[in-house]
Amino acid sequence: MTNTMTWERFTPGQRLARFAVYLGAVSLFVFSLSTVEIIPEFLYDAPYQLQDLFTRMWPIDFASYTQENIHEALIETLNIASLGTILALFLAVPVALLSANNITRSPILNWFGKFILVSSRTVNSLVWAILFVAIFGPGALAGTFAIGFRSIGFCGKLLAEALEEVDHGPIEALRAAGAPTVSILLKGYWPQVAPAFWGLALFRWDINVRESSVIGLVGAGGIGVALDTALNLFRWQQVALILLCIFTIVIIAEVAVTKIRQNII
Amino acid sequence: MTTEAQQKSPFKTKPLVRLGWLILACYVFYALNALDFTWERFINGLGNGAQFLSEMIPPNFERWKLLVENLIETIEIAVIASAFGIGLSLPIGMCAARNLMPDWVTWPARTVIAVCRSFHPVIFAILFVKAVGFGPLAGILTLIFLSIGFIGKLFAEAIEEISLKPVEAMKAAGAPFMSVLIFAVLPQVFNRFIGFATYQFDANLRNSTMVGIVGAGGIGGTLFAAFQRFDYDFLAAILISIVALIMLSELLSVKIKAIFND
Repeated sequence: MTNTMTWERFTPGQRLARFAVYLGAVSLFVFSLSTVEIIPEFLYDAPYQLQDLFTRMWPIDFASYTQENIHEALIETLNIASLGTILALFLAVPVALLSANNITRSPILNWFGKFILVSSRTVNSLVWAILFVAIFGPGALAGTFAIGFRSIGFCGKLLAEALEEVDHGPIEALRAAGAPTVSILLKGYWPQVAPAFWGLALFRWDINVRESSVIGLVGAGGIGVALDTALNLFRWQQVALILLCIFTIVIIAEVAVTKIRQNII
Repeated sequence: MTTEAQQKSPFKTKPLVRLGWLILACYVFYALNALDFTWERFINGLGNGAQFLSEMIPPNFERWKLLVENLIETIEIAVIASAFGIGLSLPIGMCAARNLMPDWVTWPARTVIAVCRSFHPVIFAILFVKAVGFGPLAGILTLIFLSIGFIGKLFAEAIEEISLKPVEAMKAAGAPFMSVLIFAVLPQVFNRFIGFATYQFDANLRNSTMVGIVGAGGIGGTLFAAFQRFDYDFLAAILISIVALIMLSELLSVKIKAIFND
């Protein structure tokens, strides 16, 4: 009898672990489906309701673009997005320095920095907006802070990763020449991370244009306020116009960012 | 001494870069004015913020039953939406991969993905709340759309990056199309797909806390209600439990990815 070796892709342990994941996912899914409160009639009714919604939206009410100051609201949205991004970058730089383990050589401080980054990302922009509306009152100030604080996590995380990946040659050269810490940061680290920094700033600005168009729903300024008003008054034709405006501005922002990235960075 | 001082600085800033910074500064000044920001408002806000924080502490967990019910609904929305969203984005993503499919297949698939990505989830949530009424169903539909837009795109890109050698080998051996997909394409992208799927589950969990704000079910509705009733200590309790839930799920997804990566 010859002892043939059988080759297996996975060990029994690996297979068991994968099976456990599948089993867990399926049972969670079945449990959710059986307990969630869904009224099936509403689902059958949905196509009719959506059709009704779109007929109400047509024709689009272009006249209200000037009447309801939608143009100003759009400009405000863009300003909130841009200022929010700038605020986020200002706040993200120290946090990124804190959480990059080749700059701050203390695991506790690194952990603290990472904790700030994670909490900023975990709380949704609308929730940030609610918090800042409670602090600053309704308006663009709350919106800008909400966008800024929400973006710290994203910008800080990517910046910290870029900082950790720098080439150590120039930094050691500067240190050997006796440069103070500020100079090492400005002349050693900054030139190496600058492309990543501007890239992520643009990317985040693009995301922030989307986000700042909806934070007005909770009163934080921008075109979302106009959308909320139109929705509450059931002015569907005006809603259609606002949605069209948001769509246009988001597409323009995306195209602009893509062009700038291709040509400059 | 003087010659040394007059030496050219090795780190001289380019004039164009300076101009850029100047434009940025001008813009900030203009935007601050346009948005009507004043120092006074900011200082007032800090005072309000201190009061706000003091009202939030200590968090009030008295109504924990409501909190737990809502959290479970949030998880259910995320689970169902992820299951359907990921399930649907698998074929859509595959159809959108330009190296596998002819143009007349990729274009419709790419359009579907672009439509799903075009709006912020809250806007989808509003439309779905109008279509199917208040409740978790609207939230689930929103997050399904969101998942298709996100995973469909990433999955299509992942497939476009695969090595075509196994595909050609199988085609040369006369394998039917489905076999090529299952044995040549899927094994190359499966790990990344698990990564996208766990990421999307996290994202859905995060977003399902948000869609409730416009009435689409989950904990967001309770959060917004607590905010509108100035019930700030309950608001703090809700926020803490949302953050805890999401961190837990991120931990879980790291574990799951580790299982599938070896």
